[in-house]
Amino acid sequence: MTEPLLPTGPAAVAATPGRAGIMRRVLRNPMAVGALAVLALVVLGAILAPLLSPWDPDRADLAQVFAPPFGEHLLGADSAGRDILTRLLTGAQVSLIGAVIALVVALAIGIPTGLVAGYYQGWFDSISNWLASLIMAMPGLIVLLAMISVIGSGMVGVMGTFGVLLSPGVFRLTRSGVISVRNELYIDAARVSGLSDLRIIARHVFGVVRAPLVIQASMMAGIAIVLQAGLQFLGVGDSLTASWGQMLNDAFTNIYVAPTMLLWPGLMIGITVGALAIFGSALRDTVQGSEALKRVKRPRIAAGDVLPSTAVLRTIDEPIAFGATELVDPVEALLVVSDLRVGYPQASGDTTVVVNGVSLHVNRGEVLGLVGESGSGKSQTAFSILGLLPDNGRILSGSIHFNGAQIASASGAARGADRLRGSGIAYIPQEPMSNLDPCFTLGFQLVEPMRRILKLSRQDAKKRAIELLDRVGIADPERTFNAYPHEVSGGMAQRVLIAGAVSCDPQLLIADEPTTALDVTVQAEVLDVLRSLQQERNMGMIMVTHNFGVVADICDRVAVMQTGRLVEQEDAVVLFGAPQHAYTKMLLGSTLEDTAARAPLGTTRTRLGAR
Amino acid sequence: MVIFLLRRLASAVVLVFVIATITFLLMSITGGDPARNILGEGATADQVAAKAAELGLDQPIPVRYVDWLGAAVTGDFGRSWFTNEPVMSSLANKFPVSLSIVVTAIVVTALLSAVLGVTAAVKRGWIDRFVQMFAVLGFALPNFWVALVLVTIFAVNLKLLPATGYVPFATDPWRWGLGLVLPVAALVVGTIASTAQQVRGATIDVLRQDYVRTLRSRGISKRSLLFRHVLRNAAPPALTVLSLQFVGLLGGAIIIEKVFALPGIGNLAVSATLQGDLPQILGLVVVMVVLVVIVNLVIDLATGWLNPKARVS
Repeated sequence: MTEPLLPTGPAAVAATPGRAGIMRRVLRNPMAVGALAVLALVVLGAILAPLLSPWDPDRADLAQVFAPPFGEHLLGADSAGRDILTRLLTGAQVSLIGAVIALVVALAIGIPTGLVAGYYQGWFDSISNWLASLIMAMPGLIVLLAMISVIGSGMVGVMGTFGVLLSPGVFRLTRSGVISVRNELYIDAARVSGLSDLRIIARHVFGVVRAPLVIQASMMAGIAIVLQAGLQFLGVGDSLTASWGQMLNDAFTNIYVAPTMLLWPGLMIGITVGALAIFGSALRDTVQGSEALKRVKRPRIAAGDVLPSTAVLRTIDEPIAFGATELVDPVEALLVVSDLRVGYPQASGDTTVVVNGVSLHVNRGEVLGLVGESGSGKSQTAFSILGLLPDNGRILSGSIHFNGAQIASASGAARGADRLRGSGIAYIPQEPMSNLDPCFTLGFQLVEPMRRILKLSRQDAKKRAIELLDRVGIADPERTFNAYPHEVSGGMAQRVLIAGAVSCDPQLLIADEPTTALDVTVQAEVLDVLRSLQQERNMGMIMVTHNFGVVADICDRVAVMQTGRLVEQEDAVVLFGAPQHAYTKMLLGSTLEDTAARAPLGTTRTRLGAR
Repeated sequence: MVIFLLRRLASAVVLVFVIATITFLLMSITGGDPARNILGEGATADQVAAKAAELGLDQPIPVRYVDWLGAAVTGDFGRSWFTNEPVMSSLANKFPVSLSIVVTAIVVTALLSAVLGVTAAVKRGWIDRFVQMFAVLGFALPNFWVALVLVTIFAVNLKLLPATGYVPFATDPWRWGLGLVLPVAALVVGTIASTAQQVRGATIDVLRQDYVRTLRSRGISKRSLLFRHVLRNAAPPALTVLSLQFVGLLGGAIIIEKVFALPGIGNLAVSATLQGDLPQILGLVVVMVVLVVIVNLVIDLATGWLNPKARVS
């Protein structure tokens, strides 16, 4: 887990290939197309109002007061005998123009200020940020009412003011988008190649915020339409032309006489604003979806296919056969994984296989190194054993036995890992800081599992926690016990996580690159702690790592993984002396300093996106 | 924690002061000729001048500003130009009505959207789709239209609930509550829709965090994981949304009060707007901003209490 799963905010769009691509993909989304069609109809209706309906929107006819629908007037007439349909279409004009005014003002203020504040930062950023929070703290409707009392109820002024009130949203969105990319390498490259700031902002930076801005704009247009109708309903809007809010006001006055008059303007507002909202969220889904697609760069195989080993996994040599041939002593074996396949079903119906037929075992008191580059499936294997695959991850075939009992299988029937976590199998994560709950003290996080699993009293659990903290080499256990995660260093946090993992006397410890995120000096200390704990308690251990130094230091046996497969499994001493598989040789070659320069990577995949 | 509190308090005071100043200057500079407006077209120039002098409008704007601010600090916003009632006393009469609606609405919103949002994030399935669809619906339907429909159904046709009127809590709590049902229901449709979706998003974000997986690996109970760890971490963004909803509800209440003929600030605000009653509007704006600032302060404190890391920043 070296990267967050889903980036939020505009950064998500940054790396998306083509902007035109997004628009094209949106148009393949039926929801978005439907919403756009509805909006187009509303716009057309507003433009063609005089052609669609023969009536004058303001012509009163006392003979037609409250005329029912489907008579002379298609939707009936209102309290002054005016044609409702015509007034609806005229109202659409008012609403659309009002929304456009608000949008234009909000974007015209928010985008330039956001771009400048985000790109140059400094004093302008501080001041504009402060102004934005100032505007956001103002109760909008009251401010508008105050403005109307000063400048009158003309639509341009009112909706323009509302645009100002909306602009902080645009400003913040633009600014955060720009900040997320301003230090990216391609921006630096553009700067070095001599492009002016203006060109860089226009070409590279603005592209990043475009899609989020369209989403935001569709939402703001909806808000503006509703707000304008609210003002008209209150009777403080522009009273000269027919509008949806005014029609609702008329309906309200006559609610006992002609309640159905409520329906039409309400429907029009609902449909228009709803279409805007649906378009916005469809666009958001498309933007995030394209990002999600980008991130999945793993071999894709249709579900249920029998896998020819060469089709997907381009290994260098013939893979050495494992699985059925592996010799497992049933008494000594603590954990047995047989022919495990793990995959992620995709929306398209395919399944992305990340672990492909892995078989391994760990004996009591033995340390197994699980080695491979990022994306080779070692973490996925570890999470399968823990029963902690992400929600959409599936065990496709194979089984996992712990102490002779099946704890996982493809059918999902055996969910034994749920009961074993903490007490039987424990886990030490890679990144210490992100693996501690920031809202609770370290002590609380240590005590909680012990109270549940070991049934200790609060005092006993605390005593044991402090002993454990002392055992993993923390100088002032009492203070650390009461500290929050952000108050300790990464090395300390990792020690706390180790203490937590062993707190309930597990038989198997799964350590997922436990030293990768630490300073070199701290790495050695943490490994020492791990090794001594393992030996003292005779725990089985799986050490997931890509570092052969760690392997040499601590492991009894080594299993090497590449693109989801196990390519070699051997005693550590034997493996270091005579690696069989070319991939292992390559990995070793890239670690040891006194060997010849390594061979080119050849067909081996490089970075596959960590999971 | 004390420093955190003091800093927030100081910036809140500055915020109120700045907004009050901006509003005052904007309205005084662009305000036209209020004395003429008050007296009508028929008044003579002398009468208008006398009225202007009476209201202090003959003074230069900086002097008027200092006068106004000096009084406002003591809670005196002057008298309405039209009713001659002290602004503070009319606000004191009207605010309890509006606040009962808004506070009830915000409590209902917080409770229901927490339940809906968290359930949608954890269970997914139909309730998740419902929350997402409801979000669009609540966004698209103006709350005053929902109010009108509710009045038509429950008050006009079914005659189950009162359509109009307000009974103070002290007079009759039961009828006070009954009168709030429809206004609050109309207001919360939109706020629940958007807040529930935000809660859902925040919860899903937390569920994806590494520490949630690590906590699960320790074998703690599902209930503790969800109610202790996930909810606490998801609460700060949800609270921020809730504070924005509060600002929105203050505006929404103004419109809703018209539908239900409630004697809150809505009517006051609209008539002051139409008349150009400067002291009244200024008073309203300042009190509103103070309210918003107080709510934001409370939310900040709650966030700091929930998330120890926020206390230092």
